[in-house]
Amino acid sequence: MVRSRKEMMKAFALVLPSLLVLLIFVYFFIAWSFRVSLSAWRGLIADYTFVGLRNYISMFSRERFQIDMMNTLSFTVSFLILCVVLGIFLAWLLDKGVRAEGLFRNIYLFPMSISFVVTGVVWRWIFNPTVGINALMQRIGLEHLTWGWYTDPTRIGWFHVALIPVIIAASWQLSGYTMAMFLAGFRSIPVELIEQARIDGASEFFILRKVSLPMLKPITLSALIVLGHFSLKIFDLVFTMTGRGPAFATDVPAIYMFETTFRGNNYGEGAVISMVMLAFVAVVIIPYLVSTFRKE
Amino acid sequence: MRKTVIILLVCTLAVPGLLFAAGARETEVRNQLEIFSWWTAGGEAEGLDALFDIYSSLYPDVEVINATVAGGAGAQAKAVLATRMQGGNPPDSFQVHAGRGLVDTWVVANMMEPITFIYEEEGWLDAFPQGVIDMVSDEGEIYSVPANIHRSNVLWYNKPIFDQYGLSAPVTIEEFFDVAEELAHAGVTPLALGDVNTWEATHLLESVLLASLGPDAYAGLWDGATPWDGPEAKQALDVFVDILEYVNTDHAALTWDEAAQYVIDGRAAMTVMGDWAHGYFMAMEQEPGADYHWIASPGTEGTFMMLSDTFGLPKGAPHRSNAVNWLKVVGSVDGQDAFNPRKGSIPARTDTDRDKYDIYLQSAMTDFAQDTIVASVAHGAAASEAWATDINDVISMFVSNKNVDSAASSFARAAKDHLSR
Repeated sequence: MVRSRKEMMKAFALVLPSLLVLLIFVYFFIAWSFRVSLSAWRGLIADYTFVGLRNYISMFSRERFQIDMMNTLSFTVSFLILCVVLGIFLAWLLDKGVRAEGLFRNIYLFPMSISFVVTGVVWRWIFNPTVGINALMQRIGLEHLTWGWYTDPTRIGWFHVALIPVIIAASWQLSGYTMAMFLAGFRSIPVELIEQARIDGASEFFILRKVSLPMLKPITLSALIVLGHFSLKIFDLVFTMTGRGPAFATDVPAIYMFETTFRGNNYGEGAVISMVMLAFVAVVIIPYLVSTFRKE
Repeated sequence: MRKTVIILLVCTLAVPGLLFAAGARETEVRNQLEIFSWWTAGGEAEGLDALFDIYSSLYPDVEVINATVAGGAGAQAKAVLATRMQGGNPPDSFQVHAGRGLVDTWVVANMMEPITFIYEEEGWLDAFPQGVIDMVSDEGEIYSVPANIHRSNVLWYNKPIFDQYGLSAPVTIEEFFDVAEELAHAGVTPLALGDVNTWEATHLLESVLLASLGPDAYAGLWDGATPWDGPEAKQALDVFVDILEYVNTDHAALTWDEAAQYVIDGRAAMTVMGDWAHGYFMAMEQEPGADYHWIASPGTEGTFMMLSDTFGLPKGAPHRSNAVNWLKVVGSVDGQDAFNPRKGSIPARTDTDRDKYDIYLQSAMTDFAQDTIVASVAHGAAASEAWATDINDVISMFVSNKNVDSAASSFARAAKDHLSR
C-alpha cells in the first residue's frame, strides 16, 4: 500500500503522544536504572559517581542473589510445565463438548481475575503447617503426609521444596487462563482433519497426540511467553504468601530488589537486580518478537 | 492538516504541564499538622490518639492529619516515607527509631533540621538521660524527641509451668540451658520463636550477643572495636546455635505474637521478645506476675538494651511551627504520661508520674534508671538500616544452616562494608 506523505504525517501525529509517554516512562527510566546500577548511590541522596561494574560484581557474589537466580529458574520451569499440561488437559476436556461448557469455562478462568495479593494470603493459610492442609490430613488419618510446606528449608540439588506450595498456588491461578488459550487453539483446528482421523479408526488419545498437539504449537509458544514473563518477575504472590522463606527458600529477585532498594536504601545494588530481571525477561521476549516480526 | 498536527503536539506537551499544576495545587497552605507513623494497631494507636488529644486541646485551630502506614516494625512505612522525602513532600513530623536509624538514614542525608533549641527552651537537657540524648544527636546537635523507651532483652515465661516443674527463672546462660533441658524432658517446648519476618531471629541473637560478649564488647561490634569473626563473637554464635535446639520446630511460620501465644497456651515455656510482648499478654487478659513473668534475658542482668521511637523535624516541613509545637507536646511530661501507659512502654524522661504505670513498666523504669544502657540492632538503634538489612540476610541463612564460620565471616564482611562508609 502506498501512503501519501500527508497521511504518514497524520499517522505519526496520532501515535506521537503515546510514543512520547512510552519513551519517557518506559525507555528513559530503563536507561536511568541502568545508569544508577553503575553508580555508588547508597543512602537517600542520589550519588551518580561512576563505579563501573562494582555493584554487579558484589551482587553476583552474594549467596542470596545466587539462591534467587536458581529459585527463579526452578519456579519458572515447574510453573510453565504445570500450567501448560493442566491447560491442555482442561481445554481438551471442554472441547469434547461437555454440557454447560460456558459454566466450566468461567469456573476455570475465574481465579485469574482475583488479585495475586488476595490469593497469596489465602494460600498462606491453606499451607500453614499447623492449621492448614496438615490439620486436615491429620483429621483423616494421613499424618505421614504432613510436612512443613513453605517453612521447610530442605533443598534437593538447587530446588527448594518450599517452592512447591508457591508453584501450586501460581498454577492454580493461571492454568485457567492457559486453558482459555488452548481452547481457542482446539477450536481453530479444522473439524475435517479430526473427522478424517476418526474415520481411519484412530483413538481419541492418538488424535490428541498426533493431530491436535502439533497444530497447537504456535499457541503453546504464546502461552509460554505470557506465563514466562509473569513468573520471571513475580513479586506480589510470593511476597504475601511466604515472603523470602527460611534461608531464602522462596525468595525471588523482585523481593530482594524491593528490600535492597527501599529498606536498605541501597539504590545502586537494587538497580542491579532490576537490570538482571529485565535481562531475564528480554531473553524470553526478544526472540519471540523477532520471529513474529519476520513472519509479518 | 498542519494545523491538526500542531494542535496534537500542543496537547501532548501540555499534558505533563497540567499534571504538575494539579500536583502543585495540593500543597496549598492550610493550618494543618501531618504526623507520619506506623502506629495503627491496639495500644500504640490509642497512645498516638492521646497525644493528638493533648495537641488539639492546646491548639484547637490546627487540623491534625494522622498519616499511618500499617506493617510491623515500620517495614512498609519506611519505604513510603523515603519516597515522600526524596520527592520533596515531607510530612510535618515522622516516627523514627533513635540511633543509627535516625542519624545514618536521615541526618547524614541532610534532611533533618536540628532541634537543640527546643531542648534548651523547654529545659529538657536535664529531663532526658544523657545516654538517650546521645542516641538522637550527631555532631553536637539534637535531631529528634524520644516519645518512649522499649526494652529489647526480656525473657517472658509461663509462671504456672515454671511452678509445676519447680524451676526458677534463668539468670545466666548456663541456667537457661539447665532449665531448657528439664523442660524438654518434660515434653514442653522450652523457647518459643516466631521468625517469619527474620527480625525476630535477629532480636534473639542480639540478646545472646549481649549476654556472651558483655555490654562493652557488644557496643564494640558497632564501631569496629569487636571483630565479628573473632573468637568471642564466634562463641556467642555457638551459644545461639545451641539455643536453637530448644526452639519450636515451626518457628519459620510464626510471627512474634504467635510465638507469645505459645507461651500463653503452655505449648512453650519461654520467649525472648521486647516489652511490647507485655502489651500482647495484657491484651490476651493474662495476669502479670501470676500467669506470666519476666526477667532480663539470660546473661544480660544489669544491662538495658533499649530502642526508642522518636519524632523529628524534617527540613521543609510544610507547617513548621505546628510541628515544633507537636514536638513540645511529645516531649512534655503530660505527653509522655499520656502516650506510654497506653503504648506499653516507659517514658524517656526520668521525672514522670510513676503511679500511672503498671507493675511491669514500673520494674522496667527502675532498671532503666540504674542499668547500663546499650542499643538494639534489630530495631534500628545500633546500626544503619542498610547494615541491619544485611545482618537480617545473614541471619536468615544462619538460622537454617547453623554454620557458625560462614555466618561469622558474612557478618564481618557486612561490618567492614558499612563501617568503611
